Amino acid sequence: MHRISVSVIALGLAATGVAGCGSSSSVADPATSGSGLSGSITVLAAASLTESFTTLGQQFEAANPGVKVTFSFAASSALATQIDNGAPADVFASASAKNMDQVVTAGYVTSPTTFAVNVMEIAVPPANAANVTSVNDLAKPAVKVALCQPQVPCGSTAEKVFTNAKITVTPVTEEPDVKSVLSKVTLGEVDAGVVYVTDVMAAGSKVKGIEIPADVNASTSYPIAAVSKSQNLAVAQAFVTYVLSPAGAKVLAADGFQKP
Amino acid sequence: MTRKLAPTRLTAGERARRATIGGGARGAPAALLAPALVAVVFLLLPLLGLLVRAPWGRLGSILSEPDVLQALELSLWTATAATAVALMVGVPLAWLLARASFPGLRLLRALVTLPLVLPPVVGGVALLLAFGREGIVGKYLDQWFGLTIPFSPLAVVMAETFVAMPFLIITVEGALRTADQGFEEAAATLGASRMTVFRRVTLPMVGPSLAAGAVLCWARALGEFGATITFAGSFPGRTETMPIAIYYALETDPDAAVALSLVLLLVSVAVLVALRDRWLRSSVAT
Repeated sequence: MHRISVSVIALGLAATGVAGCGSSSSVADPATSGSGLSGSITVLAAASLTESFTTLGQQFEAANPGVKVTFSFAASSALATQIDNGAPADVFASASAKNMDQVVTAGYVTSPTTFAVNVMEIAVPPANAANVTSVNDLAKPAVKVALCQPQVPCGSTAEKVFTNAKITVTPVTEEPDVKSVLSKVTLGEVDAGVVYVTDVMAAGSKVKGIEIPADVNASTSYPIAAVSKSQNLAVAQAFVTYVLSPAGAKVLAADGFQKP
Repeated sequence: MTRKLAPTRLTAGERARRATIGGGARGAPAALLAPALVAVVFLLLPLLGLLVRAPWGRLGSILSEPDVLQALELSLWTATAATAVALMVGVPLAWLLARASFPGLRLLRALVTLPLVLPPVVGGVALLLAFGREGIVGKYLDQWFGLTIPFSPLAVVMAETFVAMPFLIITVEGALRTADQGFEEAAATLGASRMTVFRRVTLPMVGPSLAAGAVLCWARALGEFGATITFAGSFPGRTETMPIAIYYALETDPDAAVALSLVLLLVSVAVLVALRDRWLRSSVAT
């Protein structure tokens, strides 16, 4: 019992020590998040950020040798709910303003910054057996379509596309996140899925992308913020700064994201 | 509380030993009592949380929403269909495993009960690879008959059957093993055919176990999540069962998630009551 409480205090002291020294260093050198940082952070990020943030995490770790970044990728709506329920999180990157607002309202986050914008694209299996060539084809009853759940950003943004195109699409399945939609396409279980352009790019040759014309396409913006209750706020803020930096923007642009 | 307090029947040593064990429930040692209490609290506290946080005022309106009724209806009929399939093919398999003798029997038993310990989501992936549009069997179903199984209520039933049938099989098989085969032999010597023996003697003998296994199978099918969402996807009214509806409701309307959970909790309590004679009496073995 005594040993446990002593080590808890020690841990607490260590954490404050790290936070103190971290914040001083990031004040000294905010842009490149200099060398004084250490400890680990957990980043909850939208599923569509899987590839970009994995790359950014590696670069951030390489620039800050004492730092370990752990990611949890899922639907932004699911992540927002997790944060509201007290999931340990240091940074939240959402695929829509709505889910970020949810945690801001709940008081877990203040002043998020938008770092990227994404638009939708149709993903079909490489063979494209159902011969999908346009958004309108998705409304055909014979075409099996996978979408995201309506509360997930990729689901609500796809819905905007259908509204713009004045069509009604009845999917065969509403998946928990955009990567699940993509996997149903790569497995060939559906004829088409509406995902982000970045997902089509990330999937490479496993899917074929059918572009959605700009006049009917819809976009979603990606806000990011450090979680106020973070145990390692200095590193969390440094990671946010890194994502917003030119180096971060370069990675995101390479993966197909647009600038906000 | 203590049934034997007659001091004359205790030696001094026994009295001393009993004195040290705190006089708890029939003299359970404190070293066991404390962790047992932790286990009880751990198991019951979440259920209490569900009851405390339940939106009692909104309960009626939430549970009468069409989406909810749709999910409940789908769950009830798919679980029932899965149980029916399990009874039709699982009981004969249980008989085979209990009574037949052939090489590889033990391996077969292990394999068919594998879904008991297999993570359901793995079952879902496996079903997709077998019966999906690109699956080893599903490919031909699609090419020859234009039949695609994933994302249909049939897929829900298949996922539930895959996960739940082993519960029925092992329950019935266990009962068949311990049943007295003398009655079957007697019926056979009196001229009953093997099928008649099975129908008129064997089945009635294992009736209670059959019922218990079916209820257990049904409950497991009702709660199925991982294999279903992987193989059948999720669409309201078609493949979105109660557990999946609860999972998504937590993101959109947590109150609704709690209300739906209460319904499944109620069903589970009903299942326990139905099975109480089997499991809640210490004298009855599996």
